[in-house]
Amino acid sequence: MRLTDTLRFASYAAMGSFVRTLLLVLAMSIGVASVVVLTALSDGARRYVVDEFSSIGTNLVIVLPGRSETRGFNPANLVTSTPRDLTVNDAEALLRLSGVKLVSPLLIATSEVNASGKLRESMLVGTNADYMQLRKLKLSLGRFLSKTSSKGGSPEVVLGALIRKELFGTENPIGKTVRIGDKKLRVVGVLAEGGRGMGMSSDELLIVPIAIAQTMLNTNTLFRILIEAQSREQIDTVKTQVLKTIISRHEGEEDVTVITQDAVLETFDNILNVLTLGIAGIAAISLAVAGILVMNVMLVSVTQRTAEIGLLKALGATSYSVQQLFIVEALLLSTAGAIVGLGLGYLGAAFLRYLYPVFPAYPPLWAVFAGLGTALASGLIFGVMPARNAAKLDAIQALSKRY
Amino acid sequence: MASAEALIRLMHIHRTFYLGDSKVNALRDVNLTINQGEYIAVMGPSGSGKSTLLNLLGLLDRPDSGIYHLAGRDVTTLAPDEQAQVRSKHIGFIFQSFHLVPRLTAAANIELPLILAGINPDERVQRVKQAIHEYGLDDRAQHRPNELSGGQRQRVAIARATVMRPTLLLADEPTGNLDKVTGEEVIHLLETLNQQGVTLIVVTHDQAIGARAHRQITMDDGAVVTDTINNSELITG
Repeated sequence: MRLTDTLRFASYAAMGSFVRTLLLVLAMSIGVASVVVLTALSDGARRYVVDEFSSIGTNLVIVLPGRSETRGFNPANLVTSTPRDLTVNDAEALLRLSGVKLVSPLLIATSEVNASGKLRESMLVGTNADYMQLRKLKLSLGRFLSKTSSKGGSPEVVLGALIRKELFGTENPIGKTVRIGDKKLRVVGVLAEGGRGMGMSSDELLIVPIAIAQTMLNTNTLFRILIEAQSREQIDTVKTQVLKTIISRHEGEEDVTVITQDAVLETFDNILNVLTLGIAGIAAISLAVAGILVMNVMLVSVTQRTAEIGLLKALGATSYSVQQLFIVEALLLSTAGAIVGLGLGYLGAAFLRYLYPVFPAYPPLWAVFAGLGTALASGLIFGVMPARNAAKLDAIQALSKRY
Repeated sequence: MASAEALIRLMHIHRTFYLGDSKVNALRDVNLTINQGEYIAVMGPSGSGKSTLLNLLGLLDRPDSGIYHLAGRDVTTLAPDEQAQVRSKHIGFIFQSFHLVPRLTAAANIELPLILAGINPDERVQRVKQAIHEYGLDDRAQHRPNELSGGQRQRVAIARATVMRPTLLLADEPTGNLDKVTGEEVIHLLETLNQQGVTLIVVTHDQAIGARAHRQITMDDGAVVTDTINNSELITG
């Protein structure tokens, strides 16, 4: 039998019982579609987190106050349980280290901003001039904070795009004053729209010099110190040096945590990859179920078409041809299911992206291939047994059945 | 009998079935020689082994012992796939219940043996067209079996059985599901084929049809009881 004839015969056979074929294709396509959509979701989550985290800058080393782990028993733990504050002086000391390109102290609080009678609550960020370069912020108007020593700082503020719109509308805010808490600050710049990072939109920020923020909040503590290393290779040396410097400045006690952006990124990436893999595995179960369905349907089909199989044999079909016909039919069904499912899956992923534009819900290529592969393999594997049953069928008994 | 030019030679064929515990001797020491171009009716009560004999001749069944020569070749020892080849090239089957594939058109049903034999599409189209014309099915070619009358269905089945131009045509109660007039037509069609040189073996209950054959074989309880040629010569089996 020619291959094209086998294909034609098998597809006619499949179309012969249309509802059965439709249901089977549907089952298979739901399996494939669920693999595509679910992996798109979880891989989208991975990309989202990784993007968020990369968008805060490059080659970053971050210093957090407090220790995230305990290294054995230390008598000092009994005496001093509260960590020392991270201070602006700590930040300045770090700038002198080799391999360090930029250092920004960071203080974050919520605050009210008031201008021309309009009041709005927003996020206040106290930092220095390097913050713009470090975070790769873009301005739409004016300039960023001026380069002053961390101690001083003129009363100036850079507004997020949304804050500017809400307080000033289309008016040019540069040179105007706004009131934050009990301080009057001059607007020197406006951030470009759409910047984000760490789940925060830069559209709703108020950026002020660190010293101003500290007086406003009446504190010496920093929330974070962000350090940009000069290159990727230097990240690790910078990290150890930073830790050493802080320890020596804090009287020998390791009361800060230093993390690198790379390590965090990698961790997120790994965790979320495993998550995606797990979800793909769960979705693949539905494919296996669909495969069993293929087998079930093909077994029923063999029973229903006993007479036809007998006839084919009487007409000179070899067992091999008969077997091939049924395997090809099973394969056709699962291929159709896989293709429909792929279409549905991509449609579903596109719909997700339409609903949540910031969420990059693209199915990873490996998952698409794995889904297709599983669909076809299950069709093939589960198609073999019914096909063998058909091939083994006794022609005479098969023919004695009427149809 | 001229055994040298015999198409079929059955020697000491035995075939036994087991139905539960009971043993059924479907064929008991059957010896037959059938020449090319013969027209034979196989008759006998149901369960006498007629159908088993037909299946055996058609290579759908194997004897438990004995030798079957088809066109001078021992076909009992052939592998299943080789037997399928022989069936494809030399043997045509016609069944009481037609056995047309319901989802295929008349033309596609006729084409089936050609497809299974791997004949190229151009030639297939030619041969199917010719067969459809020969059997007067021109206006029915694109109809499915359920849109055809009984006589038309059997004509399609005969066209399918002969499209590979077999030397041996095996018909199992070909008129069993047809009314008298249509049955006559079908028998006439088969006889025409026989006149063109095809060896025709018909299993039938119908005495009238049996009587038209040139040779009648009567079976009972798995054995050939009478073997009459041209209504005169009598050979006991």
